[in-house]
Formats: sequence, structure tokens, C-alpha cells
Amino acid sequence: MRETAVVAFAQTRHSAVDEGRSEAELILPPLEEVRAATGLRRFGFTCSGSCDYLAGAPFSFVSALDALGAWPPISESHVEMDAAWALYEAWVRLQHGDVDSALVYGFGKSSLGDLREIMTLQLDPYYLAPLGLDQVSFAALQASATGAERAELDEIVRRSRADGRANPYALDLPDPSGQDAEVAPLRPYDIAPITDGAAAVVLAAGDLARELCERPAWITGIAHRIEPHYLGMRDLARSVSAADAARAAGAGKGDVDVAELHVQFSHEEPILREALGLGEGTRVNPSGGPLAANPVMATGLIRIGEAAARVMDGTANRVLGHATSGPCLQHNLVTVMEA
Amino acid sequence: MPSSADPPAPLRARHVLEFPGGYTRTTGPVIGRFLTEMRDGRLVGVRTAAGRTLVPPLEYDPDTGDAVTEEFVEVGPSGTVESWAWVSTPRKGHPLDRPFAWALIRLDGADTSLVHAVDAGDVRAMRPGLRVRPRWRAERTGHITDIESFVPEVTRIVSEVRTEYTVTPGLALRRFLEGIAEGVLIGCRCGTCHKVYVPYRSSCPECGVSITEEVVVPDTGTITTFAVNNLPDPRAPEVPFVSAYIQLDGTDIPMIALVGGIAAHEVRQGMRVRAVWVPEEERTMSMANIRWFAPTGEPDVEL
Repeated sequence: MRETAVVAFAQTRHSAVDEGRSEAELILPPLEEVRAATGLRRFGFTCSGSCDYLAGAPFSFVSALDALGAWPPISESHVEMDAAWALYEAWVRLQHGDVDSALVYGFGKSSLGDLREIMTLQLDPYYLAPLGLDQVSFAALQASATGAERAELDEIVRRSRADGRANPYALDLPDPSGQDAEVAPLRPYDIAPITDGAAAVVLAAGDLARELCERPAWITGIAHRIEPHYLGMRDLARSVSAADAARAAGAGKGDVDVAELHVQFSHEEPILREALGLGEGTRVNPSGGPLAANPVMATGLIRIGEAAARVMDGTANRVLGHATSGPCLQHNLVTVMEA
Repeated sequence: MPSSADPPAPLRARHVLEFPGGYTRTTGPVIGRFLTEMRDGRLVGVRTAAGRTLVPPLEYDPDTGDAVTEEFVEVGPSGTVESWAWVSTPRKGHPLDRPFAWALIRLDGADTSLVHAVDAGDVRAMRPGLRVRPRWRAERTGHITDIESFVPEVTRIVSEVRTEYTVTPGLALRRFLEGIAEGVLIGCRCGTCHKVYVPYRSSCPECGVSITEEVVVPDTGTITTFAVNNLPDPRAPEVPFVSAYIQLDGTDIPMIALVGGIAAHEVRQGMRVRAVWVPEEERTMSMANIRWFAPTGEPDVEL
């Protein structure tokens, strides 16, 4: 496996409301930031992650290329997924050995539409989508299947929001309060907030990584696994695919100082902690995680970036970034990074 | 007027993403079979090579990725709720316009669970293990929504019971009520044990002998115990009200009456009370003649 590392990470100051910027305008500042951090203007490979349904316009990701300056032509790809999977594609591309740097970015404006119903469109069109099963409803089915204690969920939200308030890029959300259910057992504060935002990561291989960054976050393991789509074919109380991905990425081969988990609903944190084998010694979501800022399609990439940032700034030696896709943690990507 | 330092107001426009008439999707033989059976009001699963029954049917076995067999088996129509989530405020895309549950339902004979809505009426009706059945639409087209929702199986019925009677008070109580109509409390004394009872009765419950001696007892007494009632009662003026055991002076057994003219939380054992009678012209042969017992203001009695 070719040595590859995260050498730069930047994100927007995420917003709970549409601040009037287009997607290209949203992604430009983080791109400029990682270009400045690495001194690179051209990359061996570029890959982005976004979802056209967020803007309701086909090929909306193409206009975001305006922020790249894709002339002369560049080698570029896109995944209709969270940009964490764009990072995976870039990592695979770097394994080929003919290019040494890759730019990865993701962006999303959830404020434009109704995210709960947009997420219904990802469901299978025969059995699930026609029921109008919305995102909060299928998450609530999983929360119900886990039987998580209310006090545990409240504490997860309280901690995430407090960490988010300390993170200049996340939203300022108050401590959780209120007894009313959104879709029982989930309460409104168990749900990640509607957020607009973007993020960018630079990957570099071998000596280039050492040149560009004092303390690169070396990717020592990266893997993703997927489960059946239909909710009734799985045990929703567990995440077999997250556990398999963690095993394949070698997460358990050493202590994990920091884990950034793609937790869009509070009950997903205990499921993921168990699947990833995280112990008491692992700090989970010190950024506040998605419960404090959830720019959909960038959220998973931000988990990898936030975890990598702890290695790059010297506050951690071994970290884990997790990203998820599909309903009820269907598809999970685990990235292990080390100093 | 906005100052020049204010950001410009954002321009907003409505944008609708829609494919008029909807997408046409082919079902393939497996999903098509399930939807065809649904149109006929039947639920089927498909067998995997390992012998599991997938409901709803998929074209592959999720455990192995192998194609499923061509064997379809009828399942349900009843099933068991495995887990559920309660929607108290339905959204416009939801299958029901009233509160309902999303549920994972294990149909009888299936090895996997079906996601659908349960029209249970009230969240308190939902529990894991709840038995449910489909409520089919009359017009079916071969669509997952041919089942409007699942509904709980019948496990109980409500039986209406009502029959009417004409009741009489009996001779002893009639005698007591004659006294009440006159504004006096009629009791009696047992010739054997000498206990004084009120209301008047024709035999001594302790000795089992006939009683013949009537006594008029005073309308003052002492509260021996009481209860604060928070449920409305047509006989009480307001909630909370106090019903108390009151031992009338000179009697041996307390009688139950309302206590009024005092806040409920101030009523206490040993409190001295006196009957408050309705005006003479309003009196009938009924205990309603005594509105309630009110404190006399005398010192409490040691019980």
C-alpha cells in the first residue's frame, strides 16, 4: 500500500440558514485555504462529493467546478455521495502511483429543500419510497430498535452541542430541552441541524506529503462496507458493516485517541461506538460532530478532516474518521490515520 | 430604509423538481410477482436457496448475494410488530393523515420484516409483539400502498351494559329520611348492647336483634377520618371536596357526609362540625337537605 496522508483540511463556518452563496461560492474559501496551506494550485487528481437532489438540479455539481479553475483540463471525478467517498476514490487513485496529490471537496445546502423528504428519494422505489417514509421516521425506527436510554441520548446531544459551541465552524446550539417527540422516540434535538457548508481536504503520497505538512495524518487503513438496503432485512440495533469496515481498516490494532463519527441522530453514536470497538479512552466528536453542524455531503469528509487535524496539530497520534451513507447507517467508511 | 452597511436582501425563487406523470419502472419477475399478488390481496415471500423466506421479496439473498429461488410462498396476512416509531404529526407524504406508527412487521411465515404504517389510533396501543393485519384498499393497482396500513388484530371488544331499576329505601332508611325532611337526625339504640346508630336501622348489626328505640341525635359531631376527592361528583359543589366520617354527638358509629365551609387542606381529624341545612322550603326526603357539615369553631376533640 502506497503511503498516503491527509496534509490539509479546511471547512466553511457552517450556517443554519441560506446565506445567499451559490455552491461554487461556498466551496471557494475552503479551496483557497487548502491551496494556501499546501502551496499547490494544481493537483494530480480532483474528486468531489455532492447530491444533486439537495439543489434539485441535475448535474449541479458541474457548476461547482467554477471554483476549481479547471483549465487546462484537469483529471476530475465526482461521487453522488458524501465527499468522504470522494476521498476514498482519491486514495485509490493515488495508489496507482502516477500522481502524488489529490484535492477532495464536498458541499451541500440543506436549506434549499426539505431534507427529510429529499432523503426519501434515496429509498428503494418499490417498497419504501412510495410509503413516504421520511428520513427522521426511518431513523426513529432504528432508535426504537436499539432501545437506547433517553438519559444516554440527552447526554450525547448535550456534549455534542457544548463541543460545537467551542468549535468556531459549528453552529451555536443550546443545551437540549423539551419533552416533545418529533417522531417518537426521537426528539427534535436528537436530529442533526439543517446546515449549509463545504469542506476540502488535500491528500498527498510519500515524500510530497512530508514536504507539504510537518505532521501528515498518514492513512494506515481505509475501508468501506455496505449492508442490504431494505430496513427489514437487517438488525437495525447493530451496524455489521461499520464493524466490518473497522476491521478491514485495522481500527482495533491500536488505541484510538480521537474518533469523529458521522452521527446524524443521537442514537447512532452508541451503535457506532460498539461497532467500531471504541473504548472509554477514545474522545468522540470533539468537534461537536454532525449534531452540531451537518452540511450534508460534506459532513463525512469533515469527520476525516477533523480527525486528521488532531494528528496534524500534534494533539493526537492515532485517530479514526467515520462516514456513513444510506438509510439507518447502511453504508460505512472507516479511515484510520496516524502520526 | 436599510443602511448601506446591511447586506443586500437575498433573492429567492420557488423551484420544483418533478417528473410529470412519474417515472415508469420495470419491476422484474420477483418484485413484480409480489406486487401482482398484492393486487389480488395476497402477501407472498420468496425462498432463498438456504430456505429463508424474504418478505418483501428481493432478487438476491442478502446473506450470500446469490439469486433467490423461484419458489414463492404465501405469508401473513397477520404479523408481529418488532419495533416501531410514533408519528404524532403526519407529513403530507405520509400514508395516513392522523397519528400513526411506522413499524417493522414480521409477517407470519417470513424471516425478514416489512416496513409499513400501523394505524393504531393511540401511541399507547403500540408495543413490540403487537399483532397486526393489513387493511387493504378496495381499489388495488399492484403497489405497496395497496395496503393502506396495518391495523391491530382484534383482541378485545367493548360490551355495553345498561339496565334500569326502581329502587326503594327500605323501611328503616325511609324512617330516617322522614326525619331528614323535618330537619332532624333519627337514630336508634340497641336494647341489648345499647349502642346508638345513625342513620336509623331496624336491627343491631352487632347483636342481630330488632331495634325498637328511636333516638333523635344532634346535628353536631366530630370528624374521625376524611378523604380529599379530586374527581368531580354530582353531589359535591366543587373539586377538591372532602368526604368525612362524622361521629355525631351521642352516637357510637360515624356516618359519611361532605365537609364544606372550609378549604380542603384545612380539614383535620378531631375537628368539630355541624350540619348545614338547606332552607326549610327547599327540603325534600333526601340527604341533599344537609348541604354539608361545616366547622363549629369549637376546639378539636382528642380521638
